Amino acid sequence: MKYWTLTEPDIDRIALGAGILGTGGGGNPYLGMLMVRAQLREGRTVRVIRPCDLAPDAFVLALGNIGAPTVGIEKMEEGDEGVRSLHALEQYTGRKVDAVIADEIGGSNGLAPMITAAKLGLPVVDADGMGRAFPEVQMTTFFIHGQASQPAVLADALGNVMIVTQATSPEMLEKLMRAGTVAMGCTAHMTTAPMSGDFIKRFGVPHTVSHAWTLGDTVINARAAKMDPVEALIARTGGSLLMRGKVSDVGRRIAAGFVRGSLTLTGLEAFQGRQMVIEIQNEYLIATEGDRVLAMVPDLICIVDSETGRPITTEEQRYGLRVSVIAIPAPALLRSDIALRSVGPRAFGYDFDFVPHLGAPMDAQPVAAYDA
Amino acid sequence: MTGLVRIGVDVGGTNTDAALLRGTDVLATVKTSTTADVTSGVEAAIRAVLAAGRLAGSEVGGVMIGTTHFLNALVEGQHLQRVGILRLCGRATRSLWPMVDWPEGLRALVDGGAALVGGGVNFDGSAIAPLDHAAIREACRGWKAAGIGAVAICAVFALVDPAMENAAAAIVAEEMPGVSISLSHRIGRTGLLQRESAAILNASLHRLGAQTIAAFRAAFAGLGLTCPLYLTQNDGTLMAADYAERFPVFTIASGPTNSMRGAAFLTGLKDAAVIDVGGTTTDVGLLVGGFPRSRSEGAMIAGVRTNFRVPDVFSFGLGGGSLIHSAARVGPESVGFRLPEKAICFGGDTLTATDIAVAAGLVDLGDKSRVAHLDATFVRAVLKQMKTSVETVLDQMKPGPEPIPAVLVGGGSVLIDGLLEGTSQSLRPKHFGSANAIGAAIAQVSGEVDSVVALEGRSREVALNGIIAEARLRAMEAGADEGSIQLAEVEETPLSYLPGNAIRISVKVVGELKA
Repeated sequence: MKYWTLTEPDIDRIALGAGILGTGGGGNPYLGMLMVRAQLREGRTVRVIRPCDLAPDAFVLALGNIGAPTVGIEKMEEGDEGVRSLHALEQYTGRKVDAVIADEIGGSNGLAPMITAAKLGLPVVDADGMGRAFPEVQMTTFFIHGQASQPAVLADALGNVMIVTQATSPEMLEKLMRAGTVAMGCTAHMTTAPMSGDFIKRFGVPHTVSHAWTLGDTVINARAAKMDPVEALIARTGGSLLMRGKVSDVGRRIAAGFVRGSLTLTGLEAFQGRQMVIEIQNEYLIATEGDRVLAMVPDLICIVDSETGRPITTEEQRYGLRVSVIAIPAPALLRSDIALRSVGPRAFGYDFDFVPHLGAPMDAQPVAAYDA
Repeated sequence: MTGLVRIGVDVGGTNTDAALLRGTDVLATVKTSTTADVTSGVEAAIRAVLAAGRLAGSEVGGVMIGTTHFLNALVEGQHLQRVGILRLCGRATRSLWPMVDWPEGLRALVDGGAALVGGGVNFDGSAIAPLDHAAIREACRGWKAAGIGAVAICAVFALVDPAMENAAAAIVAEEMPGVSISLSHRIGRTGLLQRESAAILNASLHRLGAQTIAAFRAAFAGLGLTCPLYLTQNDGTLMAADYAERFPVFTIASGPTNSMRGAAFLTGLKDAAVIDVGGTTTDVGLLVGGFPRSRSEGAMIAGVRTNFRVPDVFSFGLGGGSLIHSAARVGPESVGFRLPEKAICFGGDTLTATDIAVAAGLVDLGDKSRVAHLDATFVRAVLKQMKTSVETVLDQMKPGPEPIPAVLVGGGSVLIDGLLEGTSQSLRPKHFGSANAIGAAIAQVSGEVDSVVALEGRSREVALNGIIAEARLRAMEAGADEGSIQLAEVEETPLSYLPGNAIRISVKVVGELKA
């Protein structure tokens, strides 16, 4: 079996890449980056393994945080929430966990499993359930392909642990988890039902930790070489540059707990004279020019600072920012008919079906560090 | 402020500017060199401006000083105090220890040991854990034994309920008599790690704050000044000197702010872009209602992420000393304070932006004949390049596509000629070179509160009024006349993923100085 043992520069790259894969949402990976770095500095290690190296009957647990981002930056994790969740689940099921995985690589949750992995010496699987960020728990390829709704665990900083032993649907699980999170002060650690190694191999979005690292590495190298990070990202991801321009209007509101709205961009340089509108529901979902849709969910619409390649979240958008819109085809697992029912345009209330404007996805490859 | 005589002083990296005003009349302005000890340069500037205005020190009603002294101390790691850090958090937040993201050098100078103890509240005000009195006392005994003279206290959601920080401060004061205490809820905003860092930075500057104020007061005696002393803070308002001793960190970004406030005063404009061109850099900021727009994300201070409000200023390398390269490229390198010996028009051998302005006839400096050989097309191209660089930044700073007025200030603003694109007018007011010192002189007094409130069981109005009352108290503490205090800014942000209509409210009030 090959391992990828993470270094501090790796953590920086994964955090930056996770921010880009957040497609405007998913929360800021900064605190998560600091937490994983603190684990390395205390002498612990984070090892990543490829999904192909999982035993078919391996017991794999998805970990992440749930709650209000504003609370998360104030009442930060104690650090052992994931450990307590995992132990509670092991006790309940009578089985030992073999590996952990992220539900959502995009944004702050991309790094979340690494803290527990470091503390318990468990490997992190180089895959996740979204390949990007989405607003709700049931929008993972895991749930789409029949991951059980139970047992699921919620744990807080103070030592409270809640196990959901029965939920009648993933949507009901999401409701129960949100209610528990409110009782825990609006920020908590969540694990969903354990999955088998075979299930992860079939339904996990492969090599997304590597993908995040590659995006981060591309931007960091381009900056160091004084090259254009946007060009470098396009070359390395098989993505398309939809627009290089400036933000000319931001319309945003909070509805039912979610950020909704739209963003208007006016073209600069080669895009002079063109205008693009991006629809927002926590993440950037649809990019249109006039009547024409150029990219749509679940394909990834990433917006980065044109000069630095820094990902820009929906909350940060304001008039005058110089940004580039990069669209990356969603991994094949998100484009299947069954997946599109949960994460296609209609799942977000749009009145049209998914059209693969961006062509076929490029499979993310494991980083070279596995061979070292 | 009718008839009140004030002196504004702005201490920059190179120059110390002073302006003498009676009411709204500018009587005199002077420029002197900044000195290493700051105080003697300030003293010289005040002496010079009093002489220029033919006034005695006893006639002055107030002196307002803007200084980068405290920022420099942090950047250079000089004169800092070791700080004991008390985090009230219970079991929460322990995954990230205080100062975890500080640059190692600065951390080593300031870290006096941290204690994470019982306390803190949730976003709805319920306690995470009761305040652990015994643990606080024990931490204090350790700090006392180690000779620690400053303590920073930070509680989870102190902005929702500051009671635990206040209670902890009382215990610390009892255990460590004479220690200086910085409370996070008075300094930063929501975001524990960054607010805690801001409180620690403030605590580390406390002794320097006291020494600096004492030195200014001593200088005052020599100048025959008997008036109150104020320092200007990040938002362009004033702090009385004894308040500034407790909150030195609030002075850290006051430089660009003073120029912007001066620009507002000199033009009468309340909403405008301000372009401050100095010797090495240009700062572009935005006036909204007469005050600088503040940055939504926090400020990086000496490599430390903090989250108190600082003006949203974009700085880039353009100034009177900027080097001119081939192909009409400008800067970002600059000859800086060596302009009077390096520039061609002054007899030097380096082509600078100032030489271009002299060649184009925009300003009369040095020996014009020395730049007569410059190609007119080249000169025009450089001027256009400089103007375009300002216009690009200006467009990024503007709140919308509509044209807005622009005010050019600072000695280097002569480089920019004509109407800037995207502006309705481009003004260079009288006294533009001393806008910073004038901005300090005319400054008002403010109070600010940033808080998260759950609206369950009470109306928005009741919550808002409570926060406004607290902001008014803070303004009065900083020296404001109660009757003159007005609401300047209310910002309400609904919070996503939170029940019970939780909102974040930040309020700022502004008033005139109490005579």
